Amino acid sequence: MLFKYELEGGNFSRAGHASSEVKKILKQLSVDSRIIKRVVVALYEGEVNVVAHAHSGLVTVDIDEKRIFIRIQDQGPGIPDINLAMQEGYSTASASVREMGFGAGMGLPNIKRNTDLLNIESEVGKGTILEMTTFVI
Amino acid sequence: MAQEQFYHALKVDESLCYGCTHCMFVCPTDAIRIRNGKASIRKDWCVDCGECMKACPVNAFYVEQDDFDKIFNYKYRVALVPVVMIGQFPSNISESEIFSVMRELGFTHVFQTEHSVDVINEAMISELNSCDDRPLISSFCPAVVRLIQVRFPSLVDQIIHVKPPIDASAVFFRKMLQDKGIPDEEIGIFYVTPCAAKIAAVKSPIAEDKSPVNGVINMDFLYNKVYQGIKSRGGKSVRSPGDNLPNLGPKSIGWSLTNGEAPYMKGRCLAIDEIHNVIDFLDKIESGEITDVDFLELRACDESCAGGVLVVGNRFLTVERLRKRAQLFKDIHGTPEDLVPYREYMLSKLPIKPIEPRSILKLDEDMTLALRKMQQVRSLMCYLPGIDCGACGSPSCQSLAKDIVQREAQLSSCVFIQRMMEKHKKLHADHAIRIIEKTWGKDRLDKDCSKLGAKNEGM
Repeated sequence: MLFKYELEGGNFSRAGHASSEVKKILKQLSVDSRIIKRVVVALYEGEVNVVAHAHSGLVTVDIDEKRIFIRIQDQGPGIPDINLAMQEGYSTASASVREMGFGAGMGLPNIKRNTDLLNIESEVGKGTILEMTTFVI
Repeated sequence: MAQEQFYHALKVDESLCYGCTHCMFVCPTDAIRIRNGKASIRKDWCVDCGECMKACPVNAFYVEQDDFDKIFNYKYRVALVPVVMIGQFPSNISESEIFSVMRELGFTHVFQTEHSVDVINEAMISELNSCDDRPLISSFCPAVVRLIQVRFPSLVDQIIHVKPPIDASAVFFRKMLQDKGIPDEEIGIFYVTPCAAKIAAVKSPIAEDKSPVNGVINMDFLYNKVYQGIKSRGGKSVRSPGDNLPNLGPKSIGWSLTNGEAPYMKGRCLAIDEIHNVIDFLDKIESGEITDVDFLELRACDESCAGGVLVVGNRFLTVERLRKRAQLFKDIHGTPEDLVPYREYMLSKLPIKPIEPRSILKLDEDMTLALRKMQQVRSLMCYLPGIDCGACGSPSCQSLAKDIVQREAQLSSCVFIQRMMEKHKKLHADHAIRIIEKTWGKDRLDKDCSKLGAKNEGM
């Protein structure tokens, strides 16, 4: 089953909308609450990344009996060095983003911790595609 | 446990309910449907918050209580009174007058619910110190505990495993009377409740086998009796014989009000009242959007217990009076003298068993079936108008779609779908009326000038 959510760069008040909706869906589907938590935390971090760095983005969620697959595609600056971005505490967030309590450099590491499979593709100046899979069984 | 029927204190008086939709729309757990022209409550979904009772224009909801004469089944009759009871009376009526009249009504002892607050606080802090889960959530409000069980099942383990004041104080006073040589079966403890949720918690305890409270009396009922008793004395203040209660300090007086617990806990603590605010906040906690909070005081009612559905007085005036009272007794601190020797005993009795989740959100226990049902709900939503008018007897188009998938309603329950079916000659007009009557009651659409707001109302 497919679900889609649009993300808007810079709109922090809406960050968390997609993860909240996905949480409601997974609760109705009897998914184990620990798995729901992992999926929701990873998606929330992904949403914040798009809002903090990119112009716009699209979340696609595909759910079946075996796994929850989430794809976050954004139009934005891209990530020049993915390995560096995966390190805890590394952040390129602007001062104004940090002032709002975001940008601690925990986004991608936290996503990795909370997904079973993670694939990142990024092109500087164009955007980033994050694909995360969490297994239900 | 999940299959068990839960006791509910909130009931619908079918002779008064005329089947409007006020209660159905305000219910925070979507537990109300209209069937045959009357509101019906889904027992497993209801958390006894009392929102429906507050919203009802004809007072059709009532809170089932124990027969007052039940107190006379016991030789020693204890009234367990929360401070919000006192807060409702005008300030020229003293606490000792109130308790004096209560003894005249038949109670042998009048004790205060918040008497055990200090030792409860100690147990709560020790759980906070020994547990890594954050935030911990207070177990004080039974409506909130039930709300978490049904709507936020992943958070049940974060509810503090300590008895709330009603149970803790009942345990203490029972033990104290037993130690005076009174046999247990002669002691009847009756809680004077400000809300429906506390009654339900006594009748079907959430994490206990049996409640230490023997019965429950509604606060509005007792308020009227006591007020009458005081009035009939004509200003003469006569005290009936009985022990003078120790005065409570500011911590105990404020405990059941908003921000009653939070200032006495450790770390970053927040107090949130009113059930929709509580739901919004729990939603953010559950999503991991808010992470660095240590303790949450959550109350279902606006202004906490002062806003209880059975509290007669205005909630803001009740709070004002109690705050003044707390100021008056600002020098009283610590555990009441009579409780000090029982501290160890109380700490051993305060823990409660783990609280079980019982989600009402699952479309099916089996994920494959749940997925199929969700697919059906989404397909149905393509046809339903999205007006959320409630004319089908369900609170929204989305809930009607779920009701249809769970075989508890039909697509033709929707009045707009009916019009479309009539247009396409798939439904006869008479049949449409019959469907409406099934939801809203027979002859519901006939002219009736005696209904609320009509020209002969009340005649």
